[in-house]
Amino acid sequence: MTQPLVTVEDAALTLGGQTVLENVSLTLAPGRITTLIGPNGAGKSTLARLVLGLARPDRGRVTRRPGLTLGYMPQHLRVDESLPLTVDRFLWLAAPGRTRARRDALQRTGVAHLRRRAVRQLSGGEMQRVLLARALLRKPDLLVLDEPAQGVDVAGQDALYGLLGQVRDETGCGILLISHDLHLVMARTDQVVCLHHHVCCSGTPEAVSRDPAYQRLFGTAGMTNLALYTHHHDHDHDLSGDVHGNEHDHGAHHHGGHSHD
Amino acid sequence: MIELLAPALLAGLAVALVAGPMGAFVVWRRMAFFGDTMANSALLGAALALALQINLYLAVIAACLVVAVALVGLQRQRQIADDTLLGIVAHITLALGIIALSLQDSVQVDLFAYLFGDLLAVSWRDVLILWAGAATILALLAWRWRSLLSITVNEDLARVEGVAVPATRLLLMLLLALLITGAIRTVGVLLITSLLVMPAAGARRLARTPEQMACFASLIGLVAVTLGLTLSWHADTPVGPSIVVAAAVLFGLTLLRKPSS
Repeated sequence: MTQPLVTVEDAALTLGGQTVLENVSLTLAPGRITTLIGPNGAGKSTLARLVLGLARPDRGRVTRRPGLTLGYMPQHLRVDESLPLTVDRFLWLAAPGRTRARRDALQRTGVAHLRRRAVRQLSGGEMQRVLLARALLRKPDLLVLDEPAQGVDVAGQDALYGLLGQVRDETGCGILLISHDLHLVMARTDQVVCLHHHVCCSGTPEAVSRDPAYQRLFGTAGMTNLALYTHHHDHDHDLSGDVHGNEHDHGAHHHGGHSHD
Repeated sequence: MIELLAPALLAGLAVALVAGPMGAFVVWRRMAFFGDTMANSALLGAALALALQINLYLAVIAACLVVAVALVGLQRQRQIADDTLLGIVAHITLALGIIALSLQDSVQVDLFAYLFGDLLAVSWRDVLILWAGAATILALLAWRWRSLLSITVNEDLARVEGVAVPATRLLLMLLLALLITGAIRTVGVLLITSLLVMPAAGARRLARTPEQMACFASLIGLVAVTLGLTLSWHADTPVGPSIVVAAAVLFGLTLLRKPSS
């Protein structure tokens, strides 16, 4: 078997007296999309920070493959208004190569037209795509995305996950996705890890969705969503939401209400 | 006239040139109060240098760095808010510095010169040292520009992308300490913050990229020093405050322009 990119073994972390993670183990392999799901405050972002080396566990171990290149798309990024910064300059911080490479990365995520725009003027969805372009620019071995679908509409999410699958197929990189949302994600992933301070269950999306621990955490709404999203797509959306191919009314799908607090 | 003014002008220009990009970082990172506190500790360093008969510049750099590192450590605690902490430390170091200077009975110390600068008293040797210092700071800034900018935009992303964040932060403080040391003889410790903040704040309204902002800030500083010295020469006003007033007027003029984003 190929060497894993990152291995987390029995990690535990306490922040401000609260146990955020306990006995968490996780293996991220090249070419595999792993999705971390769990309710808000379940420790998903913290686990991602352990994987990225931004935090250290109190107990347990995190091992990264030597020479691993990481790409990271944080949940939020706010640039201080005192700092004038264009999208192009923002990408340059990650990789000081040719303008061409930055333009291509932006093209890839569907926001080439924003290259000369000030970062502070971007909408939430535009910022997400710029952040993804910055992560891709580094040609990462492991791409870590914290809630990438935030502020993106359903069609855009579909395109986003399609793009991630494409990137994985082309480069063979590993991907770690964080989501508290079960839409689309489940159907597009190789491995699901259900986290609530500890790993409740993990495995293929089908196996996890049948797991009692998963059903306790998300109720049956999650299952319904999964069922709806295993359908085949007969058309494509690009990232700006335009539909290509067959006419297909997306409103026909019912994205059943679900809540998880 | 020119023999008297030339060293003063050249010394002031050296400080203003470096204060441009350094001031930009102070504004971006919201370190104005932090810089102020470091400047006050410079006075304590100067007093120690006189008492222990050691090199003034070395003692001032050391005092600035010790206080800066201590502050970063103290900011980790959560009982006292950052600005309260800075307010306390800034005034403790200022009071201790003034007391220490007043205790020197062997030498006549012109406290006023340290607080508000005495540009007209600089020698050609000082000019040489100041320009050597300015060249060093600018070279280090250029060498580590991308890392410095990267941790300013977002420390998490910078770290994931392989920037040595603590070392880069320390470098920024070292450069600030160097600048304050140079400024202690020219504009004085009480006025250095204004020479850092005002040109940079004015430049913000004219710039579209971080590099532009740093250059415009230098330019505003250079003009402010020239105007301030001219004012001081003709109206017999104190040099340091005259430079600050000139910088304030220039800042005011930039407010007339519609901000570019």
